Amino acid sequence: MRIFTFCTIETGQFFSSGHTNNWAVLVCTSRFWFNYRHVANTLSVYRSVKRLGIPDSHIVLMLADDMACNYRNPKPATVFSHKNMELNVYGDDVEVDYRGYEVTVENFLRVLTGRLPPSTPRSKRLLSDDRSNILIYLTGHGGNGFLKFQDSEEISNMELADAFEQMWQKRRYNELLFIIDTCQGASMYERFYSPNLMALASSQVGEDSLSHQPDLAIGVHLMDKYTFYLLEFLEEVHPASQANMNDLFKVCPQSQCVSTPGHRTDLFQRNPGSVLITDFFGSVRKVEITKDTINLTSSLKPLIQSGDMQIESLTYVDQLPVAEIIHQKPKQKDWHPPDGFILGLWTLILLVFFQTYGIKHLKHIF
Amino acid sequence: MAAHRCGLSLVCILIFSSLAHPSSCDTLEKANDNTAEKRSISEVNTDGSVAGEALNERQWQSTDAEVDRSDSTTHSEALTPAAARDEFQEELVIRPLHSGDIYASFQFRTLWDTDFLQEGQKVSHYRLFPKSLGQVLSKFSVRELHISFTQGFWRTMQWGQPFIPSPPGAELWVWFHDTVSDVDGNWKELTNVLSGIFCASLNFIDLTNTVQPSASFKPLGLGNATDHRFLRYATLPREIVCTENLTPWKKLLPCGSKAGLAVLMKSEKLFHSSFHSQAVHIRPICQDEQCSSKAWELRQTLNVVFDLHTSGQGKKEWSLFKMFSRTLTEACPLASSSKVYVDITDNPEGELFELSPATPLLGQAVVLGDRRTYSVYDLSRAETFGQLRSFNLLLRWKGDSGDMLRPLLHAERYVAGFGLQTGEIHTVIYNNHPYRAFPVLLMDSVPWYLQLYIHTLTVTSKSRDNKPSYIHYQPAKDRHRPHLLEMLIQLPPHSMTEVTVQFERALLKWTEYTPDPNHGFYVGSSVVSALVPSMVAMRTNFTQDQPLFSSFVPVKEESSYFVRVYTEPLLVNLPTPDFSMPYNVICLTCTVVAVGYGSFYNLLTRTFQVDEPSPPLSKRLANLIRRMRGVPLLT
Repeated sequence: MRIFTFCTIETGQFFSSGHTNNWAVLVCTSRFWFNYRHVANTLSVYRSVKRLGIPDSHIVLMLADDMACNYRNPKPATVFSHKNMELNVYGDDVEVDYRGYEVTVENFLRVLTGRLPPSTPRSKRLLSDDRSNILIYLTGHGGNGFLKFQDSEEISNMELADAFEQMWQKRRYNELLFIIDTCQGASMYERFYSPNLMALASSQVGEDSLSHQPDLAIGVHLMDKYTFYLLEFLEEVHPASQANMNDLFKVCPQSQCVSTPGHRTDLFQRNPGSVLITDFFGSVRKVEITKDTINLTSSLKPLIQSGDMQIESLTYVDQLPVAEIIHQKPKQKDWHPPDGFILGLWTLILLVFFQTYGIKHLKHIF
Repeated sequence: MAAHRCGLSLVCILIFSSLAHPSSCDTLEKANDNTAEKRSISEVNTDGSVAGEALNERQWQSTDAEVDRSDSTTHSEALTPAAARDEFQEELVIRPLHSGDIYASFQFRTLWDTDFLQEGQKVSHYRLFPKSLGQVLSKFSVRELHISFTQGFWRTMQWGQPFIPSPPGAELWVWFHDTVSDVDGNWKELTNVLSGIFCASLNFIDLTNTVQPSASFKPLGLGNATDHRFLRYATLPREIVCTENLTPWKKLLPCGSKAGLAVLMKSEKLFHSSFHSQAVHIRPICQDEQCSSKAWELRQTLNVVFDLHTSGQGKKEWSLFKMFSRTLTEACPLASSSKVYVDITDNPEGELFELSPATPLLGQAVVLGDRRTYSVYDLSRAETFGQLRSFNLLLRWKGDSGDMLRPLLHAERYVAGFGLQTGEIHTVIYNNHPYRAFPVLLMDSVPWYLQLYIHTLTVTSKSRDNKPSYIHYQPAKDRHRPHLLEMLIQLPPHSMTEVTVQFERALLKWTEYTPDPNHGFYVGSSVVSALVPSMVAMRTNFTQDQPLFSSFVPVKEESSYFVRVYTEPLLVNLPTPDFSMPYNVICLTCTVVAVGYGSFYNLLTRTFQVDEPSPPLSKRLANLIRRMRGVPLLT
C-alpha cells in the first residue's frame, strides 16, 4: 500500500510539468589534445544525465575528437574530470553518436531541426515531439556571437536562434534548457526569440571562461571551472530530488568561477523556482497501471516445408583460384572504337582530297 | 532511479494482475519467468546437463500459456516458427609470444538454422542471434558481411600470423545476394545503418573509397555465384576504436558482458595494449559434415596483444587478472561450449613456462599450417573453477625462448620521395619459404588524390623483372572513384619482391580538406592474399569438435592454407593551402581601398565652409538688447 501511495504522489507531480519524455543533445566542438577539457565537460554532463535516468537512445552525444583512446593519453579508455584521476567520466558503456569529423555545424543544425537524410540511423536522430523537454549543452571555444566548430567553421547566435525557432514551429520541443560553457557565452543566447527557452552561460560578453585544474600526469587542463562546479552540483542531485532552477543559477558564483555566469528566463513561461532540475536532467517514464490481464496471441505458424526451397550448391568457394583468375576476361565497360579506326579514317580523307584536287598539292602540305 | 521506479510500477502491475485473477497462477509464474529472463540471465541454472531441457522450456514459454508443460518438446518441434535451433559457443585462445607479449583471441559463434533471405517468411523470433543484425541482413539481402575495427598494427615478424587478420582502422566488405538490383544504393544505406549500430563514423564510406575487387575477397561462406558485381569493399584507416565501439559489440552477445568469457572485456585494459581488434563476421556455412543444409554463422572475434612492459612491472608473468583485471567465475549459461585454450607447443616439457592450474585436457589443432598443442580448460565443468569458484590462469616464464620461426609470408609498404608534388609507393613482399614458390594476389586501393602513374609500375624479384600473370587496374575518377590495382604475382622461393609505382599529389578544393589537414591523409592498407604451402596436412572438412579458431577459413586442399596479410596504411601530406589567406586578402584589400581611393575621393569632392561658433549666452543677450536699441552688434 505504501508503494501505491508513492505512485500517486509521483503521478500528480508528473502531470503538472507538462512533458512526457526527455532528450539531451550534448556537443563538444573542439579538436586536438589540448582541448581535453571540452570533451571532459561534455562527458561529465553525459554522465550526470545518464545517471539521472535519460537512456542512451534519448541522448545525442557529439564529440569532435577522441581523447580517451588518443595516443597521448597515458591511461587509455579513460577521461578524467578531477585531478589525481579520481573520477573517470568516460565510463564503461558510453555511446557516442557523432564523432570526429562528423561534428559539424551542418550536422548539429540538422539534428536539431530533424532534417536528416533518410538513411540516418535512429541513434543519430533527435526524435522529439511537442511534449519533450530537451537539454542542449555546448562547449568549446567561442567569442562574441559565435561558437567555433573544430577550428574550421563557426555557428553564430542568429543561426542558433533560428534553429530553435524552426524547432518551435515544428513543435519539436515542449521546453528547452540551453547551457553553454565557452568564452563570452552569454552572447550566444542574446538573440533567442522562441518561447519556452531557458538559457545559462558560463560567462558574460567580454569575459573569458577559465579552465579549472591541470593534471600533471596527463599534462592538460581537465575541466572548465563552470562545468566542474556544475558537475559537483549535479552529483548531489538524485532522481527524486526537489532542487529547482534557482539553485542551478547559483552554481559557480564569481568567487569560484572568476567569470560571471549568466542566465535568461524571460522567454520561459513557468517560474524558474517551480522548475525541477530533473525536468531537464532526469527522465520521465510514463507508467500506466492497469488491473486487466492482457492476452498475448500466440504467433505460431506451421513451418513451411522445404518443398519450394532453392537448392543451391552447398560448397565453399576456392579462396584463391589461380587458374580461374589468370584466365578471367577483363570486363570491358567503356566502348572504344576498334584499333586503327582513326588512322584509317584519316587515310580515307587524305585519299579523297588528293583524288579530287590532284597530287600537286602534296608539296604544300609537307 | 527512474528505472527503479519503473521496476516498482511493474511489480505493482504484476501484483494487481495476480490478485485480480487468482486462477491463473500459471500466468504469474510465466510472468516471473519472463522478467527473470529479462533481468539477468546469470540467475538461470548454470548446470550444463539441465541446460538443454531449460533451453527447450524457454523456447516453449513464448507461446500460449495453456499448453501443458509436459509435452513441451513435441509441441516445439511442430509449431514454433523457424524451429529456433541456434547454438552459441565461446572460446578464448591464449598464445604466448616470443617477445614476452601475450596474444589473446576471443571467438564467439552463434549458429542459427534459418534462412533470412527466404521469400514470404519473415524471421521474427530471435533468441541467441541479435535482432539488429538479423534485420540488417534481411533488409539489404546480404549474403556475407565482414566488419572489423582495429587499433594498432599487427607486427607479423614479431608476433607471427594472427588467427583472423585485420587492417588498422575500420574495414567493411560485403557480398550481396544476386537478387539485388541496386547494389550501390544498398551499400550506402547499409553503411549508414552499421554506423548507427556500432557507433562508428562508417557513413564516411561512399563511392570515393569503395572498390569492387575482381579476384580478392572471395566469399568465405557457402555459395557458388561469384560475380564480383555484388561485392563491395571499403576501408577507413583513420577510424578510431574506443569504448564506444566495444559497448554495442558486447551487446550483440547472448550473455552480454555479464557471464561467460565476455566478463573479461574491460575497456581500460583492452585498449591499453599494442593491438586491439574486434570484428563481426556473418556468413552461411554447412550445418554438418555432410553439408546437407546450411546455417547462418555469426562470429564475433576480439584479438588483443598485451605488451609486457606497459602492463606490469616487467616480470615475465601473465595471468588472466593481470591481462583483464578480472577472473572467470562461470561459463555463459546459453553457451553449448565454453573453453579456454593455451598454446603450449613451444613448451612440451614445461621448460619454457609454467602453466597453472594444471589441466589433464590436451587438444591438438592444425592452424595456419602448423600443428599446435593446446591445454584445454572446459568452463562448463564445475571443477575448472576450483574451491574459490574463480578461474585465474597463470603463466610464469622460466627460461628464455629461442628465435621465433619466421612467418612464410610478410609484406611492408612505405612512401618514398621528397616534396609535396610527387612520390613513390613501394610495396615489399617477402617469401621466406626455403624452396617453394607460391602465387600471391596483391590488392591496392589508392584514393583519387594520389594520381598513380601506372606506366611506372615495376615488379622486381631478386633484382629481376617479374611479370604478374594477372593485372586488373581500374583508374580513378576525380572525386568519384579510387584507384584499384590487383596483381597476381608468383613469388620465387626465399626472395623479396618489390612493387613500385610513382604518383603525383593533387590539389584539393578548399572545402575538401579536413579540419586538421596538416596531419596528412591516409591511404588504406594493401591486401596480400596467398595460398601458402603448409608444413602439416590441413583438414578439408570441418567437424563439430574442432576449435573455432582453426575452422574459420574453408580449406580446399591439404597442402596449403589461405592467409591474408595487411600492410601498413600510408600517411601522405597533401599540399595544404593557408586557410587564413581569404581573411588576409579581405583585410588588405579593404585597407588599400579605404586609404587609397578614399583619400583621393575626399580630395576631389570635399569642400570647406567657414562655420562660426555660436556666441555664448551673455553675448547673445547683449546683442538682443543692442538690436532693440538700434546700436551696432558685437562680433
